[in-house]
Amino acid sequence: MSFLDFARGPALNVAMAVFVLGVVWRLVALFAMPWADDRSVPREGAPGRVRGAVGTMVRHLWTPREFGMTSRFAIVNGYIFHIGLAVIVFGFVQHILFIRGLIGLSWPGLPTGVITLVSVVTLASLIAALVHRRTSPVLRLISTLNDYVTWIVTALPVLTGLAAVAHIGAPYQTLLAIHMLSVAALLIWFPFGKLMHAFLVFVTRAETGAFYARRGVKI
Amino acid sequence: MTEQRKIDVDAAMRTFTAQTEEHVIAYAQACLRCGQCADACLFYRTSGDPRHTPAYKLVPIQKAYRAAHSPLKWLGLAPKLTEEDLTGWEDLIFDTCTMCGRCTEVCPMGIDIASIIGQARKAWVAAGLGPEDLLAAADTSRDRGSPLGLTPDKLVERVEWLEDDDETEMPIDKEKAEVLLTVSSIEAMKYPESLAAMAKILNHAGVDWTFSTKGYESTNFGYLAGKPDVAKVMVERLVAGAEACGAKIVVIPECGHAYGVFRWSAANILGRELPFEVLHITEYIARLKRAGKLKLKPYDTPFTYHDPCQVSRRGGAAADARYILEGFATKFQEMTPTAEMNWCCGGGGGVQAMGRAAELRNKAFRIKLDQIEATHTKTLISACANCRLTMDESTKYWHWDGELASIVEVIADHLIEEEDA
Repeated sequence: MSFLDFARGPALNVAMAVFVLGVVWRLVALFAMPWADDRSVPREGAPGRVRGAVGTMVRHLWTPREFGMTSRFAIVNGYIFHIGLAVIVFGFVQHILFIRGLIGLSWPGLPTGVITLVSVVTLASLIAALVHRRTSPVLRLISTLNDYVTWIVTALPVLTGLAAVAHIGAPYQTLLAIHMLSVAALLIWFPFGKLMHAFLVFVTRAETGAFYARRGVKI
Repeated sequence: MTEQRKIDVDAAMRTFTAQTEEHVIAYAQACLRCGQCADACLFYRTSGDPRHTPAYKLVPIQKAYRAAHSPLKWLGLAPKLTEEDLTGWEDLIFDTCTMCGRCTEVCPMGIDIASIIGQARKAWVAAGLGPEDLLAAADTSRDRGSPLGLTPDKLVERVEWLEDDDETEMPIDKEKAEVLLTVSSIEAMKYPESLAAMAKILNHAGVDWTFSTKGYESTNFGYLAGKPDVAKVMVERLVAGAEACGAKIVVIPECGHAYGVFRWSAANILGRELPFEVLHITEYIARLKRAGKLKLKPYDTPFTYHDPCQVSRRGGAAADARYILEGFATKFQEMTPTAEMNWCCGGGGGVQAMGRAAELRNKAFRIKLDQIEATHTKTLISACANCRLTMDESTKYWHWDGELASIVEVIADHLIEEEDA
């Protein structure tokens, strides 16, 4: 079995199994906890739980204007690398082919040049996030190993993907194998680190939205 | 002193594991450590100390839940909550969090840190920690009826004195009444005119109401001090007072946290729905105004309004205060930001009662003062006696030459009585 065969075969398969089972385990373990039964009477005319949940999910897509510019960098930079990652994963033709192999669905891809540009911007944005984390006294204090491991497993697939497309540093097949292994690392880390926020964001925003909606507050 | 107290880490862990409701765990797990909450917190904004970042306050709580639930515990590799975690974070859980909820507004994950801090305080207290003056206030509430020693006899005495002084009827222990009016001992002991003002408004509107010696103290220092047994006793007393007179409505006076606890948590503390409606005094006055029961002379003093966090941001009643002021207060200037986005006065969450927290709390009030000064008004009105007490102290700290007032007192002073008309 070649290095590439190992990477795209057993390595990715195991990683995907860990990802799926890990995410399911995390969510089941969370939802199996006792749920708070709020016996307070909701404010008259308050929106229901679902409306409150959806409203907060939407409102928290951006910081309220009352908070001024203080948090704009984190928000804007966060959007840049999140959107960048989405474009890379779902817009690159080779990725679409891979997804089609997995679930049978496909869609038109973006030109490789566009994906390369987006990858460079995404990588720059991730580096900016890391620099911010290391230079801000607040972020330096609150950061944990989880944050840095998460950064590494997120940045590596972008970096190795760029190297593979550009054929830099090693034969293409080796670069591709390394790229796939970096994706495998991301998938394995996902359920155990803070990448789980991709799922938890819907849970926490919704619960806070419902909690405050009961009180008649749009938060 | 904290160092001399015996710290029971196991008791703290037992308390954490006893409150593993899904939303608390989700909140504890979801933090991205993005640090955006720092700038939303009045204590961080004042001190610039990264320790005051709301997300940082969650660290031992997250550790405790990991210790209890992480699969790593089966391998003996899960982190363990330590004595240092508890002592090192004590000031962050108590002194520098008013549970104002402002950090939730800016959190991209929507984590309600105030809820977690409220829960976490119980664990610190179970471990034998917590500010002694706050804990003493809770114990005094349980033993003497109120944190400031307002016993039933003292209440009667004070009400009789106010009744004479203000020439307004203030019934106590009526057999039957539509409305039970409660008090905050801060008002009763420091701003007693506020009690008479509430009575005047209710009498003006023809409300059938009473005080009750069975249940009168609306502040709940048991809740703020992380003492659930005291919190329950205080709630039960108010319920007993309301049930004794068959009240359909319990009115909470000008006290933000009293409203927050009784309106939104009392039923959960008791484990049953309350058999009456709970309204903050501003909500009730707004209701009287809507029903056409208030006749008011215009109030022409330029002023600004401070939203108590537990009434507005965490209570949902910001609009009622504005409705009361509409068409009555001719020179009302809103602060920026205001209502649900308002800055806390610095004394909520029991911080007002913690002597050791006074220095930073007073400094933090500079934020509020800047807001007030930007309105170019010299009168600051609120609807919370705890905020008023905090602002009273902090305005003196900053040598502010303006005037503090209560919305209830202002309204009572501007009622058009029949003899005026």
